[in-house]
Amino acid sequence: MDWINVLIQGILLGGLYALFAAGLSLIFGVMRLVNIAHGDLMVGAAYLGLTTCATLGVTPLVSLLLVVPAMAGIGYALQRVVLNRVMGEDILPPLLVTFGLSVILQNTLLLGYSADPQKLSTKVLDTASVAVGPFNLGWLPVLTFAVAVALIWALQWMFYRTALGRAFRATSDNQDIAQLMGLNRAHVFGLAMALALAVTAVAGIFLGMRTAFDPSVGGTRLIFGFEAVIIGGLGNLWGTLAGGILLGVAQAVGSKIDPGWQVLAGHVVFLAILAVRPKGFFPRIEA
Amino acid sequence: MYDFLTITALNAHYGDFQALYDLNLSIAPSEVVAIIGANGAGKSTLMRSISGLMRNDATAIRWKGRDIGHLRADQVAGLGIALVPEGRQLFPSLSVEENLRIGGQTGRRGPWSLARVYQLFPILHERRRQPSTSLSGGQQQMVAIGRALMANPELIMFDEISLGLAPVVIRQIYDALPGIVGEGMAAMIVEQDITKALSVSTRAYCLQEGRVSLEGGSNDISREDISRAYFGV
Repeated sequence: MDWINVLIQGILLGGLYALFAAGLSLIFGVMRLVNIAHGDLMVGAAYLGLTTCATLGVTPLVSLLLVVPAMAGIGYALQRVVLNRVMGEDILPPLLVTFGLSVILQNTLLLGYSADPQKLSTKVLDTASVAVGPFNLGWLPVLTFAVAVALIWALQWMFYRTALGRAFRATSDNQDIAQLMGLNRAHVFGLAMALALAVTAVAGIFLGMRTAFDPSVGGTRLIFGFEAVIIGGLGNLWGTLAGGILLGVAQAVGSKIDPGWQVLAGHVVFLAILAVRPKGFFPRIEA
Repeated sequence: MYDFLTITALNAHYGDFQALYDLNLSIAPSEVVAIIGANGAGKSTLMRSISGLMRNDATAIRWKGRDIGHLRADQVAGLGIALVPEGRQLFPSLSVEENLRIGGQTGRRGPWSLARVYQLFPILHERRRQPSTSLSGGQQQMVAIGRALMANPELIMFDEISLGLAPVVIRQIYDALPGIVGEGMAAMIVEQDITKALSVSTRAYCLQEGRVSLEGGSNDISREDISRAYFGV
């Protein structure tokens, strides 16, 4: 029974990792951009939520109404003003720019918020749980998982059923020809980054509600996100969810064996999968 | 000169390599112009320049009284110039119908719609849900043409329209051509088969090493003129 409980907790944790990873997966899928600053942007969103909650006296979930559009706007501006200048055949320049951005973000957050750990307090949600049979499930992990599934479903629907999604896929396939169809690449990229950071904002708020965070935690979250993306296979959002869940379960099982093994177990499983299936389980993109 | 498409002293470069030298060319409304010439003569470069995939001096290319040489491809597409690129270049992750729909992305109004394209190429209606990569070369060319038509262009450019296609398919494509240009759309056709190119066009330009080596009415140009213009002998 204990082990089933571990499995369930791992799956729910996987929802959070899938949220981290969805934005990464989206921008890599559309424009082959590896965003090293993704984790820091997520932490930045958590701090934005913190400030919103403190100033307006709202709960973290309500702060999403402000943080999500704000991050989307930042994403569009970031892409148009900075990243589009270095996008091209070579994927190294944009990678280096996001690396620099990561350093700048971390230090700006450190300057503004200090290194003290913070948490987005949800009062009720923090401790509330629901009994399902013999298991006690925290409301927050359940909600996180539900939001992750809903968001990935929505992104998937957008990708395959809307004109915007068609534009994303066409641009991903062939930028020149997409441009011939009247799609301005710079704008399409801006929209993709806006959408990715909107998802990242949700991830950041849920991260902040679940664990304490400080300006330096972006890096490890980025690695979890990358692992979920790679395990699931590049460019496949449902695969990313599966990757997140696998990573969550691996970590939960690891920490059950020995609390110190949580992170290690996740990395070991990731490496094992990388060795056996270098392209992940459900790849859509030949990288 | 005509006030439709006018190209004046167009120079195009790939890095240090110059592909077009002071090229002059014009197309009148609803005219079909053939561009012939050996490989590397600059035919594709010309089309890439007009469509905005290669940026040039603003004044080198004028479209309906407006300088467009400096515009991006998406801006040029919005003005009514469409390109059917060499090698079809369909979007592999899009279905046949999605490939066509994305051609309509410019939102230009006109006679061409999804229904109209399916009427022109009925086989595409049958295959509309399939991935574009699952089609034969000829069917892919139909999608590429339909995709360009969906933008309701006033000028449509075909780069190597029959390259790599079976003769029977080439005939099908050419049979469809009058239905396309019959409604006043101007066309520019790059074609390896000179006889074909001359038979469907009203005027022809022959390019040689980035320059116009011959220009004239398609019926007036003799074989000897062409071989001289082609090979420079």
